[in-house]
Amino acid sequence: MSAKSHLHNDTPLLEVKNLETAFSIDGTYYNAVDNVSFRVKPRQIVGIVGESGCGKSVMSLSVMQLLPKGIGKIRNGEILFDGVHLENMTDSEINKIRGKDIAMIFQEPMTSLNPVFSIGFQLQEVLFNHMKISKKEARLKSIALLKSVGISRPEKIVDEYPHQLSGGMRQRVMIAIAIACQPKLLIADEPTTALDVTVQAQILELLKEIQEVNDMSVILITHDLGVVAEMCDEVIVMYAGKIAERTDVDSLFHNPKHPYTQLLMGAIPKMDEEVETLSTIKGIVPSLKNMPKTGCKFAARCPKAMPECLTITPQLAENEEGHEVACLLYETSRPKTEVNA
Amino acid sequence: MNTEHKNTAVLKKDKSNNEMLLEVKNLKTYYPIKGGILRRTVAVVKAVDDVSFEIRKGETLGLVGESGCGKSTAGRTILRLLEPTEGQIIFDGQDITNVRGTSLRKIRQDFQMVFQDPYASLNPMMMVGHLVSEPIRNYNNKSEKELKPEVLDLLAKVGLPEDAYYKYPHEFSGGQRQRIGIARALALRPKLIIADEPVSALDVSVQSQVLNLLKELQDEFDLTFLFIAHDLSVVKHMSDRIGVMYLGGLVEVADKDSIYAEPLHPYTQALISAIPEPDPRKKKERIILEGDVPSPIDPPKGCTFHPRCAHAMPECQSVKPELREVKPGHRVACHLYK
Repeated sequence: MSAKSHLHNDTPLLEVKNLETAFSIDGTYYNAVDNVSFRVKPRQIVGIVGESGCGKSVMSLSVMQLLPKGIGKIRNGEILFDGVHLENMTDSEINKIRGKDIAMIFQEPMTSLNPVFSIGFQLQEVLFNHMKISKKEARLKSIALLKSVGISRPEKIVDEYPHQLSGGMRQRVMIAIAIACQPKLLIADEPTTALDVTVQAQILELLKEIQEVNDMSVILITHDLGVVAEMCDEVIVMYAGKIAERTDVDSLFHNPKHPYTQLLMGAIPKMDEEVETLSTIKGIVPSLKNMPKTGCKFAARCPKAMPECLTITPQLAENEEGHEVACLLYETSRPKTEVNA
Repeated sequence: MNTEHKNTAVLKKDKSNNEMLLEVKNLKTYYPIKGGILRRTVAVVKAVDDVSFEIRKGETLGLVGESGCGKSTAGRTILRLLEPTEGQIIFDGQDITNVRGTSLRKIRQDFQMVFQDPYASLNPMMMVGHLVSEPIRNYNNKSEKELKPEVLDLLAKVGLPEDAYYKYPHEFSGGQRQRIGIARALALRPKLIIADEPVSALDVSVQSQVLNLLKELQDEFDLTFLFIAHDLSVVKHMSDRIGVMYLGGLVEVADKDSIYAEPLHPYTQALISAIPEPDPRKKKERIILEGDVPSPIDPPKGCTFHPRCAHAMPECQSVKPELREVKPGHRVACHLYK
């Protein structure tokens, strides 16, 4: 398998360095992803959590080079996949990687399949794009793929159309398309948000199984901390386009350092605990246009905010081994070059 | 955590002896499917099929279930936004199943609805002040000016600033819009509020704000809630008792702690085990259900859950189990419990 070369070392499969992705609003560009760096190691499941508008989807679109042309652009930074720079690739170059080495599944299984083509056609489209394969082989392969994602009667489903399938089945088809070329990296953007809990459980189980069988790395973007706890090895918490905290899943849930993470944990009702009032975060995420230019972007909503939070921008830095946080409550996050007046 | 437990034990009022506010008996709501040139009814969707429950004053009953289980249809039928096919709805001692015209209009003051989508449920052309006073103006001839103090009071109660009065819905975030929706529902001081997925469109941090607000308002205005949602942990947080629906039928009703600690129906057990636990150290036993929910046009015979049930017995395929009390206050519709 192609991922084998990575098994011996910790060379990251994906490395994002100082990424800045901006969107144009009335002619001015505003950063939706602001100086973000992270790594995904081979066979690792990395979760990206955050509320709507925190930039988690924009980050994945930047990696895939799927930003809407003329509106969104990568202003700065590097995206290295398997040692190759993705950020300046031409369309034809990226097309060879997209769908083959990096695949993506989206939130809406209803809208991400084309309603006028059969399931088989949409599966074979990927195969024809990236492999030299005959029609007959492609059909057999797509049936095998449907079977591998747990679809019963794949010989029949292959000739059916998306509207004939339930939401859970459609998401299974999307996963089949995504893993058709055995990608090294799968980006799953809220893959189970539109599904019911019992179906969500099926799909998560399937994703985990496929990840193990195919030796894939997965970036799982979600707002559901329960899904993160269940699936991920490492978690990145994003707020307003920046990484607030990055650590392994256990420390995130048992030793959250950033006040935002702590509040998020207290805001979800838990099944086995009884609390009268849930913790809340006052206010809302500022819009792109109203984002504070200096200081910590969470300061206005933070119960632990200090005056200097408005002027000094905290740096994401390692506070404990393997645990990075960007908050001035921790000495490590203070910029080294700046000296307090 | 222990201290929290004590606090809630003190705060918790026993509502099991309160007066009955709403009784639903054998409610059925069927949607006809028309076909052919003559538009005859060729089949029916049994959206709500023989559902019975009751809510006491000041209590919150949660209805959970997956999409298509009929929980929203049940809520809308109780409000008489949909016509019940069969059954009885008794509200505050009065049978409202067949009430029409002016008398229905009069009763509707007492029950209000909070909708799921805070973007679609508010008229974008109306000012917030206008939106919130609209329910009151429906029932009396007061002018908007006369109502302004009352509207401002309502806005303050739901945590919106005074200047919201002259703003339009698009100027607010999702959570704030849901607050406007709640202010509208409160305007007529109803006895019962049916909240249909009120927080499922919101982010977690905003969701917790709205949930806390609903709880505060319940205490302040002595409200009774029918809380409909698909998220069991949210429902458990809000409710005193929980009803679990599957394919149009109520499969289990019990107080929230028994539902979580001791779910009896195999579907409830699967539903609870499917919720991802926000703690990586807790690895729980998962019951993964096979397949999808069958179509409510042609539901399976006998127990509707039997094709997906791990405990199915021969009689489950032919005999439909009745919802019966197996423990005090714990009712379940399953042949395993007799």
